Amino acid sequence: MNAIRSIGAKIARIITGDDFWRGIVSIVVFLILWEMGSRSKAWFGFAFPWISQIPPPTLVLLEMGKLIQEPSFWNSAYLSTLRVFEGFFAAMLIGIPLGLSMAVSRTFYGISFPVFEVFRPIPPLAWVPASIIFWPTQELSIAFVTFLGAFFTIVINVVGGAQAIDVRYFQAARSMGSSSWDIFRRIILPGTLPSIVVGATVGIGITWAVVVAAEMISGGGSAGSVGGAAGGGLGFFIWNSYIGGSYTQIVAGMISIGIAGYISSALLRKLGEFMTPWLAEG
Amino acid sequence: MHQMAKLPSPTSDPPVLLGSRIDVADVSKSYGAEGFAKQVVQSCSFTVERGELTVMIGPSGCGKSTLIRLMAGFERPSKGSIAIDGKPITGPGVDRLVVFQESALFPWMTTYDNIMFGPRARKQDTREMRDLAETLLQKVGLADFREKYPSQLSGGMQRRAELARSMINKPDVMILDEPFRGLDAMTKRLMQEYFAKLYDDFHRTTFFVTTDIDEAIYLADRILIMTNIPTQVRATIDVKLSRPRNVENITESDEANAIKMEALELLHEEAMKSFSRGSKAAADFVTSYSKRVSKE
Repeated sequence: MNAIRSIGAKIARIITGDDFWRGIVSIVVFLILWEMGSRSKAWFGFAFPWISQIPPPTLVLLEMGKLIQEPSFWNSAYLSTLRVFEGFFAAMLIGIPLGLSMAVSRTFYGISFPVFEVFRPIPPLAWVPASIIFWPTQELSIAFVTFLGAFFTIVINVVGGAQAIDVRYFQAARSMGSSSWDIFRRIILPGTLPSIVVGATVGIGITWAVVVAAEMISGGGSAGSVGGAAGGGLGFFIWNSYIGGSYTQIVAGMISIGIAGYISSALLRKLGEFMTPWLAEG
Repeated sequence: MHQMAKLPSPTSDPPVLLGSRIDVADVSKSYGAEGFAKQVVQSCSFTVERGELTVMIGPSGCGKSTLIRLMAGFERPSKGSIAIDGKPITGPGVDRLVVFQESALFPWMTTYDNIMFGPRARKQDTREMRDLAETLLQKVGLADFREKYPSQLSGGMQRRAELARSMINKPDVMILDEPFRGLDAMTKRLMQEYFAKLYDDFHRTTFFVTTDIDEAIYLADRILIMTNIPTQVRATIDVKLSRPRNVENITESDEANAIKMEALELLHEEAMKSFSRGSKAAADFVTSYSKRVSKE
């Protein structure tokens, strides 16, 4: 009962706040300008450059209404989400221990960091051709490129976070009798957690950017596989719509990716807040 | 302001002196490459007696914190030796606990978990230790704040939590590096009273560094006055005021005032030296100050 009331109070606070209404106004004005621009030929008798080529938001909305009733669209969304999370979890699973080892061991850092720094600036998309050759299935090569998108960001954040832990925490722990394992478990791990959360939130955003492009490139190379059995995923979906000339579908696909990316980041942020209660206000 | 916890009234029996004795013998410490090294501590010798509260006071930047790091075992002296009960110090140990200038409470642990850090680190999460943690929480007036994180505590509460976190380990020596610096005057005064009472309860060897002469006289059994860098002991003053002390009595006591005058004179000399060899800004300040004085 109390919980419901407090959630109610929170919602009331949000919708009476200035920021909420500013947000509403900003979105509404944006949509109206877009609609006017797209329909400028019909409404004002002359076409605005560039924007008149883009379908108006009302048609996109109608298209999305149709799309969400189609299983093939949900299948695409499901495939992309699956690839994002495969790549993301692999990046967390490998990136966090690697980052922590680099932060803890000077020797390991000295050996691994130069290699890491050479690979880091290579854009994940530059890996697409190589990974198609290297991995046996297209599915694995897309997941691998997705993994790379999040991996470097996570490692860099973990190393930076662990190295930034105040030296007095280590001194205090040591003088109270902590073993190395105890220091790792109770100082380094929680001390790095906020940076892990930041790395994960940024990483999953990159992952969405990468997965869509990887789906386009790996499928777009041969016309036969586009929309065919090999593919699926929102990247394929957009590319397919482009080939098929359905502009409303292109924009609808783009917006779906925006929403999916937003939801994944928001979920991670919430999870992060739950895991780092000491960073909460008050 | 949080209400102060009730402390047991002191008994008239002479207190049992607890803890260890620390001998600092001819210790020097310099930093930097050979030939360019900066001497921070030079041939410094003193003794922290068992069960006594020794306060070190000196001009700021005189190398007091360096001495603390050496005594804690975080760093090794370039020359000389530091021994605890006759055994040379080779690294950090549970027998010596340091309370730092700024709060070093672990931000990701609640007050209670911070206090229990030491016992858990030594795998002593026992009934007895949990009871002691409760007692200490009461004593420092943080019983209602046990589940709060350090960021949710005021500056004074953080300092008290940190004192409790150190005391639970029953260290042979407690080393405190300007623990009340940066607190407002009211909180500082309360903290000094808390600390004096904690000391009166336990009488454990304590080494306390400060730049505040009133704080030194209020707390100390013995005051070490340090020279400007490179640090040496300039003078040792025994403070034979009876315990428990109270701030009002001390401000009116002739003995306390005599100690204060003596200490201030020595400190002033050292401060002038630090001006004369310190930054240009400090020198400019002294020059303009003396000009203004001569005009009047």
